[in-house]
Amino acid sequence: MVKVTIWGSLRSATDGQVEVEVDARNFKELLDRLATEYPGLKPQIERGVSLALDGKIYREAWFTEIGPKSEVVLMPYMTGG
Amino acid sequence: MALDSKMNRVFKVVGTRPPRPDGVEKVTGRAMYGADATAPGMLVGRILRSPHAHAIIKSIDVSAAEALKGVKAVVTAADFGVPDDLSIRDVQDNCMAQGKALYHGHAVAAVAANTAAIASQALKLIKVRYEVLPHVTDVDEAMRPGAPIVQEGRALENVAAGFSENVTSQCEFGHGDLEVGFAKADKVIERSFTTAATHQGYIEPHACLASMSPDGKGDLWCCTQGQFQVRTLCAEIMGMDASQLRVTASEIGGGFGGKTTVFIEPVALALSRKSGRPVKIVMTRDEVFKATGPTVSSSMDVKIGMTNDGRITAAQAQLRYQGGAFPCGTVEMGAQSAFACYNLDAVHTVGWNVLTNRPKEAAYRAPGAPMAIYAVESVVDELCQELGLDPLNVRLKNASTKGTKSSYGPTFDDIGLRATLEAAKAHPHCSAPLGPNQGRGLSCGFWFNFGGNTCVSLNINTDGTVGITEGNPDIGGSRAAISQMAAEELGVPYDKVRTIIADTNSLGYNDVTDGSRVTFSVGLATIEAARNAIKVMCGRVAKIWGIDEDAVIWEDGCAKPSGANAGDFTPMSIEEIAAISSNTGGPIAGHFEVNADGAGVSFGVHLADVEVDPETGATKILRYTVFQDAGKAVHPDYVEGQMQGGAVQGIGWALNEEYIYGKDGLLQNAGFLDYRVPVASDLPNIETVILEIPNPGHPYGVRGVGETPIVPPLATLSNAVARAIGIRLFELPMSPPKLLKAIRQKG
Repeated sequence: MVKVTIWGSLRSATDGQVEVEVDARNFKELLDRLATEYPGLKPQIERGVSLALDGKIYREAWFTEIGPKSEVVLMPYMTGG
Repeated sequence: MALDSKMNRVFKVVGTRPPRPDGVEKVTGRAMYGADATAPGMLVGRILRSPHAHAIIKSIDVSAAEALKGVKAVVTAADFGVPDDLSIRDVQDNCMAQGKALYHGHAVAAVAANTAAIASQALKLIKVRYEVLPHVTDVDEAMRPGAPIVQEGRALENVAAGFSENVTSQCEFGHGDLEVGFAKADKVIERSFTTAATHQGYIEPHACLASMSPDGKGDLWCCTQGQFQVRTLCAEIMGMDASQLRVTASEIGGGFGGKTTVFIEPVALALSRKSGRPVKIVMTRDEVFKATGPTVSSSMDVKIGMTNDGRITAAQAQLRYQGGAFPCGTVEMGAQSAFACYNLDAVHTVGWNVLTNRPKEAAYRAPGAPMAIYAVESVVDELCQELGLDPLNVRLKNASTKGTKSSYGPTFDDIGLRATLEAAKAHPHCSAPLGPNQGRGLSCGFWFNFGGNTCVSLNINTDGTVGITEGNPDIGGSRAAISQMAAEELGVPYDKVRTIIADTNSLGYNDVTDGSRVTFSVGLATIEAARNAIKVMCGRVAKIWGIDEDAVIWEDGCAKPSGANAGDFTPMSIEEIAAISSNTGGPIAGHFEVNADGAGVSFGVHLADVEVDPETGATKILRYTVFQDAGKAVHPDYVEGQMQGGAVQGIGWALNEEYIYGKDGLLQNAGFLDYRVPVASDLPNIETVILEIPNPGHPYGVRGVGETPIVPPLATLSNAVARAIGIRLFELPMSPPKLLKAIRQKG
């Protein structure tokens, strides 16, 4: 199981939980499980999210492996200038 | 792709300062910018724009324009389809108004004609009947229930009740217990701030040449930060397959985020398709200001608690960003970056994106971060003043470091903020004396930096020289940096390598040049492509020598036996290997494709000394020093240039630049005479101090550098002015009339 930190405005979709646990080995599995187990997250996931894995920001890479002790933080999809 | 374990390596090419490869062409005027493209039979395109801030387009009569001799095509929204993807539809509607003009300058029709004079005359013959609507250009007014609604039905599900429909999205970040945190503070300050919308201010206006052939193929030449992004957007809008639209990026005269989307390209393509002729559109400066993306303007509240010895106990911010007439996601970046510089137990930010009757915002260097960090750093500075604390020591005391849980969630890895602050503290600037009406300001800054989709092709020519094809327009010296990294990896001189920018049919997809990603991502891909080419060369030499491939190593541009056991062979140079490539298996190349991750975050610290003239309210910058963790500086001249350029743009934002709207909702200063960017005579030499804390996510330790330096200047100058005259302004820009008024009010 992977602990995922959810940003504040999404917590209404996780019954107020700051952290949720899902069974996932990579970014894609994590997003799929989150959308299934917390349907309120699905609109945001479809619009796009980034993922911070052990401090590094990943924007799209589905198959980035996530270890059971990894720090996983869901973030809005990021753009720059 | 991790930092090379042999990071104690001594670089031979990386870290040097070779002449820029585009220098001669640019100073002699040979470089081809967007407006330089021509084609036989080319027409001139011109765009008719709304004179109203907000109006229903009741009808458009183009018959008189079409009848004018020399006019070959006229297009309106009726000539475009309706894309399924809402974000693409927004881009299209911003290029050509669909039913409603949403801001002053919004395109409503376009003409292609034999000459510019005929095109301009034709625009005057187009009859548009408008029903003028109430408008709103101020973010706080736009949020209130009852405000004129810019677009209906665009609010996301995450917006709390109680706002007008103009509030399209809401975000919230943070951790810890604010109530407990503020209770621990000896001093709490809460302030409200505003910042104006500022334009990226690139010198080159948007320009493109579009050519659609009768069989449905298209070619587009344009100035852009991302030819692949242009292709994606235009192909969707035009209903074309991506393969049938080739986009070639010109040299670019500045972008800073503002050229990461399209404004005129779909219009030129539509005119070309309708007329059967190539069509060129070059924006005027007036159009650039009115109809391309400035950054957001903001209204913000910040509350910070601090102990008497300078420990921040809690921090809170509410950020309201207006992004013009279409939804944007900029406040999310501001809300995440606002407190990123600080190690906080209790922090909370909320942000709202808001529609107004202004042009659609576009990215601008570290989008969303400068204004949020301006507000935060201003309150931190005021707390330091109130508590009699040294502002640099307070920042050192609270600085984020490795292991800090950031205000936006993730835990930081190796970061350079503390080292950057210590470098500032040790610098002579920090202790230089100041005179009357002079003050010293300080601010930290932060940006995330990104990687992204990247594709590089590296060819070993038959004479042993190297050609690299990459897919990101060079807006900050990337061709030099990429050539340097290839030369370093291959062990060849820099001048044996040439890097070019490919069109969209010559290379795989590359993300736009944004997020300070290119030197990091394309450099990473180039290093891997070079390693792949080296593997090919070592394999061929192994066959020549009749030994295992593993027994051949690459050093100093030569294949060598790995040791005595491999055999006694004379090393073969890259020139020798390339010369016989047709005998050993054909052309030698290395390729690499990646969605690069691991871009390291970046921090900067700026110091400025200013003198405020109490007679005029004018602020003169006496001294300015930029300290930044750049990771490995591949070409230090370019890194310094980015640090200086970002600082200067931030200085303009702080002191003079602003979009000024009248009560009629019309933009009043669409030109460089009335929208004042800093010029050389306004500025001292911007001193730079590069710190090279290696990024663990890049083989050479490279970080992005281009965006962070625009973040600190806003607060740096506000804090300097506050200390110079004893008056703190809570709005930007601090233009002379505003400062003079404040000085006179103080008496």
